[in-house]
Amino acid sequence: MSLIRGLVSARTWLAFTHHVAGLVLSIASFTVVVTGLAVGVCTTPLAFVGLPVIGVTLRLLDAMAAIERARFRLLLGRDLPGWPADPRRAYRWKVVPTRSTLTARATWGKIGYAVLCLPVSVAAFTLTVVVWSAALIAVTLPLYASDLPGGGPSIDWHVFTGPKPLVIVATLGLVLLLAAPPLTRGLGLADAALARWLLSPPRDAQLKARVTELEVSRGRVVDAAETERRRIERDLHDGAQQRLVALAMELGRAKARFADDVDAAAALVDQAHTEAKAALVELRDLVRGVHPPVLTDRGLDAALSGLAARCTVPVALHVDVPIRPRPAVEAVAYFTIAEALTNIAKHSRATHASVVVEGGPGPAGTLNVVVSDDGIGGADPAGSGLAGLADRISGVDGALSVESPPGGPTIISAVLPCA
Amino acid sequence: MRVAIAEDSVLLRKGLTLMLEEAGHEVVATAGDAEAFLRAVRDTVPDACVVDVRMPPTFTDEGLRAALLVRDQWPDVGVLVLSQWVEERYATELIAGRAHGVGYLLKDRVADVAEFLDALQRVADGGSALDPEVVAQLLARSRHPLGDLTPREREVMALMAEGRTNAAIAAALVVGAGAVEKHINNIFMKLGLAPTERDHRRVLAVLRYLGTS
Repeated sequence: MSLIRGLVSARTWLAFTHHVAGLVLSIASFTVVVTGLAVGVCTTPLAFVGLPVIGVTLRLLDAMAAIERARFRLLLGRDLPGWPADPRRAYRWKVVPTRSTLTARATWGKIGYAVLCLPVSVAAFTLTVVVWSAALIAVTLPLYASDLPGGGPSIDWHVFTGPKPLVIVATLGLVLLLAAPPLTRGLGLADAALARWLLSPPRDAQLKARVTELEVSRGRVVDAAETERRRIERDLHDGAQQRLVALAMELGRAKARFADDVDAAAALVDQAHTEAKAALVELRDLVRGVHPPVLTDRGLDAALSGLAARCTVPVALHVDVPIRPRPAVEAVAYFTIAEALTNIAKHSRATHASVVVEGGPGPAGTLNVVVSDDGIGGADPAGSGLAGLADRISGVDGALSVESPPGGPTIISAVLPCA
Repeated sequence: MRVAIAEDSVLLRKGLTLMLEEAGHEVVATAGDAEAFLRAVRDTVPDACVVDVRMPPTFTDEGLRAALLVRDQWPDVGVLVLSQWVEERYATELIAGRAHGVGYLLKDRVADVAEFLDALQRVADGGSALDPEVVAQLLARSRHPLGDLTPREREVMALMAEGRTNAAIAAALVVGAGAVEKHINNIFMKLGLAPTERDHRRVLAVLRYLGTS
């Protein structure tokens, strides 16, 4: 059954498409790499001609490798992880490759794949097309055999007639037809294995890169938490604490005045009353900045109402999160939006802002947050607010992107994994 | 007015009791958690009760849930919910289906004694009291365009949603009662709502319009 299903399955025909696309792409990349490197190497004695030619070739190969990755991902469902970004400079003056680029395993892998993929793709394409065609011709032979010259199929001018040879050929064709889908897919997987070996870093290099990334992000999260504690301490000290001191002082003065000047005492009590209410507002804002209780009780959607209402710029909210993510992710999403709205109110001169939150746990697996405005743009991703946000987001393995060209608009988006 | 208080902070419970008694009301029961509070309401059936949202044992929203129970089982008991934070979502749950005889205010509002007592009286009389912060959140989340309203009409609508009477709205905006009436009629007309006389019906209409019930 599964053999028959293979004939019509999407995977088979995607793999088939993969081979066709592979032929075209491999001819292009083979031509680029062979011509580019040959010319580049031959002209190397003229240092300022040869190296840039090699550099341009390598950059073209980068683009081709990206297209190859997309081909493997879309048509075969195979992810080929890229090499982690090298902190060292890859090119001087954009086109002259540095020594580290020329010696990197990634570079040679790319060149290797560009060279090898031509024979591999030609072989895979030819084999696939030949097997499918032969199978279809053989299976359908009984339908047109009588129309062939001589009244039947022929080998070396010997014409076979009668039903027996037809049945044999059609049966062989059927076997070939059933073998064609697994062959098509198998060739795709072999191609994927080759590409993985040449275009992706070995597994332990991937793990090493991940460990480095985690170390950096852990450091950033710890720093962000420390900064946050210092901010809370400062806010408490400068705000509520000072107000309470002033309040106690005013009440003390009122107490002293009650005996001789009741009116003055009443005025002082009045002032103390105002002071106390202001202290309450400040404390509430501070606590909300630490963690809004409604976020725990009712989730993001409910908590965002308060943020939207307090923003001085009108905010359009769209929240579609059917399943609540874990608390850490919810909190990061909430504070991302809070920070973005604060920036909009303070700097953007926008007349309108929009907040969109979608996704969550489930098939998508990520919570996507987009905050945009129609302001003047020019937000600095390295500024303390946005940098702190990026740190916090990296703590849950998310990614922050800031688009804010001068003149606007500003679009801040965060993708937070929910797994 | 006979009042029951549910508040876990002893200091605040005492303060509220003193404030209400000084204003000539009778505090018939005080409770420190939701269970004791519900028992007290059953035993005393007060005119109104003041309930804190966060109470033991989980300190999340048991006060709110107790308030919802009282609202459903004793329709004549006014329920005023107090909270350190006001949230549109809690308000929506509280007023869903019945916007009369319920109130939801920021705890800070007890500092303005006269206004607080006025709100409590309104709730006991079957009116409503919503904190301005909640109303601002409701307006921000409104599912309908409010663009047709003039800034003045928006102000009037916000005050109406808080549960204020025409006279109170007129006083707050320093205009005549006639002007307020005219604004309200315009609002109802622009929003396509049937104008009504009773205060709580107006609040309900506005809240419906804002898409909460």
